[in-house]
Amino acid sequence: MGPLVPDIISNNLNFIVALVIGILFGAILEQAGFSTSKKLVGLFYGYDFTVLRVFFTAGIVAMIGVMGLNHFGLLDMNLVYINPTFLWSAIIGGLIMGLGFVVGGFCPGTSVCAAAIGKIDAMIFIVGAFFGVIVFAEGYPIFEPLYKATNLGSPRFFETLGMSQNVFAFIMVVMALSAFWIASIVENKVNKVSKSPIRFTPYYIGIASIGFLMAVSAFIFPDRKASLTQLVEDTNFVKTYNLETMSADEFAYRLMDDQDDKFQIIDFRTEKEYTKESMPKSTLFTIDNLFEKEPNQLLRLKHKINVFVADDEMTERKMAIIASELGYKRIKILEGGLKAFNDQILNFNPIENPKNIDEVYQNRFRDKAKEIIPILIKNNKSAGPVKKELKRVVGGC
Amino acid sequence: MQETKYMNPYLAGVLLGLLLIATIYITGRGLGASGAFKSYAVTVVEKVAPTHTANTKFYDEYGKEHPGSSPLMNWLVFEVTGVLIGAFLSGLISNRLDFKLEKGPHTTNNIRIAGALIGGLLWGVGSQLGRGCTSGAALSGMAVMSTGGIITMFAIFAGAYAFAYFFRKFWI
Repeated sequence: MGPLVPDIISNNLNFIVALVIGILFGAILEQAGFSTSKKLVGLFYGYDFTVLRVFFTAGIVAMIGVMGLNHFGLLDMNLVYINPTFLWSAIIGGLIMGLGFVVGGFCPGTSVCAAAIGKIDAMIFIVGAFFGVIVFAEGYPIFEPLYKATNLGSPRFFETLGMSQNVFAFIMVVMALSAFWIASIVENKVNKVSKSPIRFTPYYIGIASIGFLMAVSAFIFPDRKASLTQLVEDTNFVKTYNLETMSADEFAYRLMDDQDDKFQIIDFRTEKEYTKESMPKSTLFTIDNLFEKEPNQLLRLKHKINVFVADDEMTERKMAIIASELGYKRIKILEGGLKAFNDQILNFNPIENPKNIDEVYQNRFRDKAKEIIPILIKNNKSAGPVKKELKRVVGGC
Repeated sequence: MQETKYMNPYLAGVLLGLLLIATIYITGRGLGASGAFKSYAVTVVEKVAPTHTANTKFYDEYGKEHPGSSPLMNWLVFEVTGVLIGAFLSGLISNRLDFKLEKGPHTTNNIRIAGALIGGLLWGVGSQLGRGCTSGAALSGMAVMSTGGIITMFAIFAGAYAFAYFFRKFWI
């Protein structure tokens, strides 16, 4: 599950990745014509809308792609950098940048591109930008109140508007397509040529159909979480699903054995119950945790056996099925749930007149467990819910 | 030799979009540019006036946000170095390498130089205030549907259109 940094790609290798991404970024910008100020500002005078086309196409493609990765459970959005929202600095800063755009003819990324192929105006622009940062740094006491005003956290725009992600994405796509269409009309007028604003060249048809297929696929395949949650609604399916179980006795034995470091309990009770009392070697989990990247590290530990526990076996089964379907190995459930464990072990009544040696042993073991386990539970300081370290990547400019 | 024609804008857009998806998938963050300017500025000021940086709040906060050895060991610095290389190679392939001061047809070199300098200055201030530029805030912000990023994007375009009329002599 993405992002691949820092687990699969180390932070140092990430610098090399940055360099490669930068090379591709620079090459694409240059090939698109972003290395000349005349083409860039054309957008604001109506004679060349290349920037608008490239920019919005890229934005829409990336937006839908990120949605798709998230939808199919390949990318944990909780770990992705979402630019924070400081309302006033975003607006004022944006307006200043807009002014800078028509005065200077570049934005920072494109100025680097243009400077790379020898544009002198771009090099001067970079010098200016460099001093601009210093001006901001030195004048920070003046800018700071505005810089930090109205901190709204890191909301996503569809949340701010109170609509669904899909509707928002659809609106953005429609807006972009209308912008392309209007841009073509304006461009024709300004340049006094007449090209049809909508042309069916192989390029456009190809690009549009890829976008269309991607959008449709999201409707056809429900997202992983929804489909798995749906799957375990079927009681018969849940009951017949083949899962490994652990008996209450084995569970008690392994709980008491402090040499046993292979055993870990994944507790699916509510947080309230869990904080009240919990067993050693246990971690609180929720159904959501199963789909998140950080908590899952725990389930991936190679040498551990994960025993899923909940009050009743049905809940255990559901969670274990979801985990198995997600590809986790070494998942077991506690037979009969914690209810059975409580009946058989914690509130154990010895069998009167044991008939055979097995029953004698059982009496002896359970009597012992009945004494020890409550002490273990008492001494176990609850670790609280599974630690979700939201180590978001530090991004942005 | 003739300069090669530019790429179809929609194709370039799709490629850029795919690159951005890959970037977010691999690194969990988007593309950027102005952050690298900041890293260089901080480095230079630190070298020139170390006591000054120690006493100034901005550098202090920067240091806290970016713990580590040098401000230049920064993802964006590497990325922007890549941009420089990539754009150069692309210019080389398409025969666009040339030292040239580019300006509108009705303006002088001096005005263009002053414009580029002041424009850059404005971007330096604006991108710090807005927490990112067209790449870091607007484009990457749009990809992850960040409210702040999208607001900044609209503000940049609104600002440019609002002021475009006053600077038309620069370009047309």
